[in-house]
Order: sequence, then C-alpha cells, then structure tokens
Amino acid sequence: MAYDYAPFPYIAPPGLTAPEPRHPVVIVGAGPIGLAMAVDLALHGVKSVVLDDNNVVSVGSRAICWAKRTLEIFDRLGVGDRMLEKGVTWKVGRNFFGKDEVYNFDLLPEPGHKYPAFINLQQYYVEQYLVERALEFPDLIDIRFLNKVTNHTDHGTHVSLEVETPDGPYTLETDWYIACDGAGSATRKRMELPFEGQTFEEHFLIVDVEMETSPFGDDNTPERWFWFAPPFHPGQSALLHKQPDNIYRIDLQLGPETDPKAEATEEKVLPRIKAIIGDTPFRLDWMSVYKFRCAKLDRFVHNRVLFVGDSGHVVSPFGARGGNGGIQDVDNLGWKLANVLNANAPAALIETYNEERTHGSAENILNSTRATNFMTPKSPIETIFRDEVLNLATTHPFARKLINSGRLSRPCSLADMSLQTQGDAPVRPGDALVDAPLRGPDGDTWLISEVQGKFTLLGFGDTQLPNIDGITRVGINSRAEYKCFNATDDHALQRYGIDTIYLLRPDGHVCAVFDTLDIKAITAAYQHAKGT
Amino acid sequence: MALQDKLAGNGDAFYSALMDIHEGLSEAQSHALNARLVLIMANEIADLDTLKNLFKAARDAGQNSK
Repeated sequence: MAYDYAPFPYIAPPGLTAPEPRHPVVIVGAGPIGLAMAVDLALHGVKSVVLDDNNVVSVGSRAICWAKRTLEIFDRLGVGDRMLEKGVTWKVGRNFFGKDEVYNFDLLPEPGHKYPAFINLQQYYVEQYLVERALEFPDLIDIRFLNKVTNHTDHGTHVSLEVETPDGPYTLETDWYIACDGAGSATRKRMELPFEGQTFEEHFLIVDVEMETSPFGDDNTPERWFWFAPPFHPGQSALLHKQPDNIYRIDLQLGPETDPKAEATEEKVLPRIKAIIGDTPFRLDWMSVYKFRCAKLDRFVHNRVLFVGDSGHVVSPFGARGGNGGIQDVDNLGWKLANVLNANAPAALIETYNEERTHGSAENILNSTRATNFMTPKSPIETIFRDEVLNLATTHPFARKLINSGRLSRPCSLADMSLQTQGDAPVRPGDALVDAPLRGPDGDTWLISEVQGKFTLLGFGDTQLPNIDGITRVGINSRAEYKCFNATDDHALQRYGIDTIYLLRPDGHVCAVFDTLDIKAITAAYQHAKGT
Repeated sequence: MALQDKLAGNGDAFYSALMDIHEGLSEAQSHALNARLVLIMANEIADLDTLKNLFKAARDAGQNSK
C-alpha cells in the first residue's frame, strides 16, 4: 500500500501579531536532520523553533539505509526501537559481475549488539517518527510548518530571520541558526558560500516497486545486491534493496547521455523493471532520475550560523553516507550547543563541531567518490581495470577487496581531534562506543542505552570510580554505590578489556582512557573535552 | 631517480616470458591481461609508498615517448 502523506497542520505563529522573544535556537528544515537536531537539543533541555517551508514528510522513500551508529543515536533520541521494529534488517552485501556472484561481505558478523548493521526504512517513516517524537516535547520544540525562511542576517551575537507564512511575513531572532535545509540549502546560497567538489555525469534511475514475491532468492533474506554489468541491464550497474511494506528499491545506472525527463516515465521504466523481475505482478510506487555530486562547505560553523547535514556536505548515495553522516553531525553538535547555551562550556566548543564534522564529511566524500569512480569508469582504461578486478576476484581474494560498490557508512573516528586526550585502549580515544549486552538491576539492557547522552566514566571489575561533578559513573561487573551491570556473555569485557577506565562524551565517543584511577587526570580530560 | 636493476641475468628470459603470455591474444585481450598483471603485481609489492613510487617512475618515463 502506498504511504499516506497526511499534511501536518499549519498554525499561525505568534510572531505574526507581536514580536517574539529571542529564541535560543532556530532550526531551518524539518527533514530527518532538522528534526533529530530538535529532539537532541530537547533532551539536553534546550528549546528550539523548527521552520519548514513544506507540511508533509519526504515525498518518495529517498534515504533508506540507516546504519548501526545512526540507530544507536536514534536510540538515544528515543526512536531507535520504533525504527528497528518497522525497518528491514540486513547485514550482507553481495556483488555480482554479469549474472555471477563475485564477492559478499557481512557488515556485522558478531552477536551482542542491540542494533543490526543496517535497516532499510523509507525517509518518510523516519521523518514521521521523528515528528511524532518531537511533538512529545511541546514545551521545548515548536515546529512550524509552511514557514519559509526568506532571509537571514547574522548580527554577530544573534541572527534575525524573515519568514513567510500563508498569513503573511514575520520576523524572528535567535542566538543560533542551524541550517538543516538540505542539499539545495537556501541558507548556503544566501550566504554565497562556495560548495565545491566533484559532479558526476552519470544519470541514475531510482525506482520503488511494491510486490509480494521476493527477488532475493528462495530463502528471502533481505540483503544488498549490487550488479556490475548484469544480463538484465547490459554494461551498467544495478542495485537492489528491500524496504518495509514489500517495497523494493531498484537503482539503475543510465549513463551520461540520458534524457532524465524521458527516463522517468512509466513507458521507459516498466520494461526495465520487467527485465529484472520478469512477469511478477508489481506496483510502481515512486521513481526519480538523478545525478549526484560530492561536495562540501569549507566550514560548517559561520559565526552564529551552523550547517548540519546535506546543507554542509553532499555525497553520492553509494555507501549510505548522506543521511547517516548528517545524523552524526547532529549527535556531535547537540551536546556542545547545549553546554554552550547552558553556560557550561565556552562558545569555542562549537568550533570543535566544525573540526570534527568537516573531518567526518571529508571521510564520507573520499569513500563515496572512490566508490562512484569504481562503479562508473570514465575512460576505456578505467573500464578495463574495473572489469579485470572483477575477473580476478573469483579466484584471488585480494581483488575482492578492490571491488567497490560503496563502502558502507561506519562511525567516524575522532581520534587525534582536539577534544580527545591521547591514549591507547581496545576502544581508542575518538572512537564511537561499541555496544554490548548488559544485565542490570532492571533486567537486560545494552551499553548504548546506559551511557549515551551524558559524560560517563565507565569502569570494569574491581575498579571503584571516583565521584566527579558532572560525570555519571557506570560499572561493569563491579559492586559500587553507582549503577552497575553485568557483562552478558562477557561481550563488554572482550570489547573494552577489564583494565581500562573510559571517559565517554555525551555523543558516545571515547574522549579519554586511563590505566589508573587518577582523579586529576580524569578531571583534566573531562574539562578538556568540554573545551575548557 | 633511476630504479635499481633487480632482474640481473634474467632480463632476457623475463622479457621473453612476458611476450609469450600475450601470444595469440587480440589487442583488447592483451590490454586486459596487462591490467590483471598490474593488479596482481601490485598485490605482491603491497607497500603503498613503493607502488606510488613505481607509478611515478612509469608515468615520468612516458613523457619522453612520442
């Protein structure tokens, strides 16, 4: 069944009749990134106004692959379970050359994690769940649909906005302006910021079809299937994913010399789909023909204007690094902005968002550019090398690792960035925490559910963690006055070792590790991680 | 910088063996074989800095060719 795009109500904003007090945060754009940003800030007690020029969720499934790290962040935001329940879980990718499989990879071969390597879930569901979650914070989140920002001015200490509504224009003031207005960011264009990178000439056709019969063979296990030069689409690439509601995503490379308008018609698309799935009955749900680019802003922090998600960086879709990268932006910025607004940290902490996430997005762009170059050779010699990698792969394992149909999104390491304190441990400073199952006073739980959202000191075994103002303590296989858990099946011990004490940031990244209980060193690392 | 001569007395035998594996192939097949050969040899050499140095040597030497 097709998704029911129910419009959200427009409510005349107070600013139409009387000036509004200055807001701490205005978020421009109610896509997955803007909504997640609002929820994240609300969980830190920060009020925000979310403005969107539209009043429905994403039309079309668009971003569908949500990575494990994103789901762990969604867990902290209170929507992870719901996403997991609705989403299609998968972890295996298979690459084909012609009709033959040449390589497969398992993105999460070990047990003991709450969330799988990936779920597929249509962007409209992700947005719907985030809107519904945001509405649970009526005192903190003020979402305004059909409120289009037409101009903004940075006054140094605050930003003023001009907003258009069905009832006319009004103005707003905010301490911080967060641009979550997507790849075509009007904020970015108004500021005339260079958005540089590589544009790819290839056109791709994206089609969602609904059908009862699974194309994933007899055992019907949803996976990521990628073809180089499949028999049903000669000389081009193809990608297949399953989404909830029996909807399948088919992605077909069309080549550079393509008329996108002509391709995005049933007349052209139906034969292409039938070539893949044969006579199976199906319903065409959505289609789109697109080109893409890999580009980013030089900086994501422009005084009081902060760029989060696609407004600051765009990648090709192969690798699922767009939406997942944006959620990592949110995760990185939320606690920092909250600390600055609550006067717990200097404004300079915001600059580390720029440092850490320009690094993260550069990594995403590098990976996504390499994948796209492998998939879409631009010259005869590139085609030869690509094809011969595929030919070698059948016999020689080294060549399988060169096959690049997308290096799928992984948590970005923030090692050696300025907030971290150097150190060595099984989970290194800068790494995102690694999940593990736990058993505690309230029953079975997960590490990610117990330590995210606040600075946490994590210790194991006999270690007695010191009480430091502002830091929560969690013990594993310990007996202490603070909250303790047992490591189910020893997973946590194997992943973290038993001798290290970890200091985790609110976004779940390790910022320091300690071999000994040195209160001075722990306090110093904590202050350092808050930018003080 | 010139690369060190490592083939020693086997130069002629190596060259002849290299010609032999192209025997009877079309030009397209030979190009494909050469590509496989580069990939296989790269895996054997393994060290990325060494490889980049070799890539540069190959590219630079081509600047004199017509």
